[in-house]
Amino acid sequence: MKIVLENLTKKFPSRNKKSPEPVVAVNNFNFEIPDGKLIGLLGPSGCGKSTTLNLICGLQKPTEGKIYFGDDDVTQLPAENRGVGLVFQNYALYPHMTVKQNIMFPLGNLKGKDKLTKAQMEEKAYAIAKLVQIDELMDRKPAELSGGQQQRVAIARALVKMPRVLLLDEPLSNLDARLRLQTREEIKRIQKETGITTIFVTHDQEEAMSISDMIVVMKDGILQQIGKPQQVYDDPVNLFVAKFLGTPPISVFDGRISGGKLYIGDDAVLDVNGCEDEPVYVGIRPEGFILDDNGAFHCNLSGVEVMGRDISIVCSNPACHAPVIRAIVSSDSSVNVSSADVRFALKPHKVLVFSKETEKRIYFETK
Amino acid sequence: MDNKNYKAWLYLLPAIIFLGVFMVYPLIDVFIYSFEEGYNSASQTFFGVGTYNYSYILHDPYFLQAVKNTFILVLFTVPISTGIALLISLGLSSIKPLRNLFQTVYFLPYVTNTLAVGLVFMILFKKTPYTDGLVNLIINFFGMSSVNFIDGPYAAKMFVLCFYTVWVVMPFKILILTSALASVKQDYYNAAKVDGTSRLRTFTRITLPMISPMVFYLIITGFIGAFKAYSDAVALFGTDLNAAEMNTIVGYIYDMLYGNSGGFPSYASAAAIVLFAIVLTITCINLLVSKKHVHY
Repeated sequence: MKIVLENLTKKFPSRNKKSPEPVVAVNNFNFEIPDGKLIGLLGPSGCGKSTTLNLICGLQKPTEGKIYFGDDDVTQLPAENRGVGLVFQNYALYPHMTVKQNIMFPLGNLKGKDKLTKAQMEEKAYAIAKLVQIDELMDRKPAELSGGQQQRVAIARALVKMPRVLLLDEPLSNLDARLRLQTREEIKRIQKETGITTIFVTHDQEEAMSISDMIVVMKDGILQQIGKPQQVYDDPVNLFVAKFLGTPPISVFDGRISGGKLYIGDDAVLDVNGCEDEPVYVGIRPEGFILDDNGAFHCNLSGVEVMGRDISIVCSNPACHAPVIRAIVSSDSSVNVSSADVRFALKPHKVLVFSKETEKRIYFETK
Repeated sequence: MDNKNYKAWLYLLPAIIFLGVFMVYPLIDVFIYSFEEGYNSASQTFFGVGTYNYSYILHDPYFLQAVKNTFILVLFTVPISTGIALLISLGLSSIKPLRNLFQTVYFLPYVTNTLAVGLVFMILFKKTPYTDGLVNLIINFFGMSSVNFIDGPYAAKMFVLCFYTVWVVMPFKILILTSALASVKQDYYNAAKVDGTSRLRTFTRITLPMISPMVFYLIITGFIGAFKAYSDAVALFGTDLNAAEMNTIVGYIYDMLYGNSGGFPSYASAAAIVLFAIVLTITCINLLVSKKHVHY
């Protein structure tokens, strides 16, 4: 099911009596989610991700704008008629019911011609339990399950009535690191097998990048960028998106464009054509550095971290916003650890230039 | 006994002494009294040991009336008061404006003096030379004749007693249930809502099980409280409850102890033990039922 959001806005009344301005949680969203894809809704805490999710599932009504599922306008439809499955951050499994009863609960709500017999319900519950691999835990209570198992039950409960759209609110945030890796693969697998359009909310960029078909980056209720993870990573539209994606994070420097050259400090690090002279922010991805004794970019070497496949060169530069710069280079290259200086050449496509004024991306051509 | 153990007992000692002297010893004593025939508290003598006291009270029409009254009171007031309290709490938790005001209003009877409440009921129900009482005025308005609620037919008096009891126990139940309802997380309701659960099913399958420990607590304490009812009947019908046919088991025990100049402590003790047996049985049944329906 394709989902289209049109000028979607949600304002909450201000609690602060001194400034009666409403809080805008979601500001004029326009995007389209293609059918059968896994979408990651990504942004820092408080940026309106969960509100967006609640708007899509119908637990909250938008202040303005429309929501379409396929060609149906569902904006005014109450949650129960939208055919969405929702997995809550804390799972919200009914503690007094067994796993089986929890999974069967949504089926018990069907009325009229959709009404199922007990045997049909059990059959469906077992089928979905098999899909999420909890069919052996059906008679347990939620309190007797681990976090990962509870998560699966919650997904099974959301999936059992075959929703048109599956929504997951921070699905992995209550799991430990190892389980998180496992479960995110699992979510990807389940989504692929069922083919249900799935939207999940996360503040963890790595999580979003690793399993999503598309990511939507938000900040302060405003949509920043939408696209395939790799594309958004390689080609961010502004400084926020560039900084938000990637581990280790991008290194940002104060720089300037002058006479077709990009300067960081006094080093003219790249030729940039077709740009006006102006002060800029320069972002360099950790993998954008090339060790080169004749390179144009000087940094003060603080140390080297060996990580097997790669080595991470830890250095600093007075123009950098962060106290340390991490450059990741192949372990084949050798570094003179005793030297105080290190010189880099830069891969032009890993260097991202942003206007100092608007923080928007400045595109340039290299020769 | 190692040192730690000894200290623990030392800390418990004050409570144990008090409970022992004022609870355990009297309990045992009552049990003994109930088998001592013709005990006289002035001379501290008795004629013999046996079950005559039990046989006497079980054949005493006043006692049987008191048992009947108590059972009617329990069976009507506990379910009705708990049910109405649940409805009111549900109403309270689903409204936003004036919620605090309503909560205060519903809680007022709890802090009101029993005699003041009795006075209010007088105004509502009592026939005086000047008026038939507010309720009778309403009944008259609908074209029916007045009922004497305080000195009239048994059913009318019982109705007033039950009504009074329900009204008096309600505030506490509402207080407990509103807080129990507030502790059910919104997420469960949201989950149910997204799945298209009807309001009735949400209530019976989610809300009720989640607050079941509190409902169960209210039912058990309600049963015990109603079995111990006495002062309410006095407030409404005066001290000669036997004459008014409105006596309760506790009232009967009280009359036996202090009535008739010196009284019959042996009969009172036997009645107290019978009451204890009834309450114990009912509570055990409650506990057995709750195993299946209460989710902690």
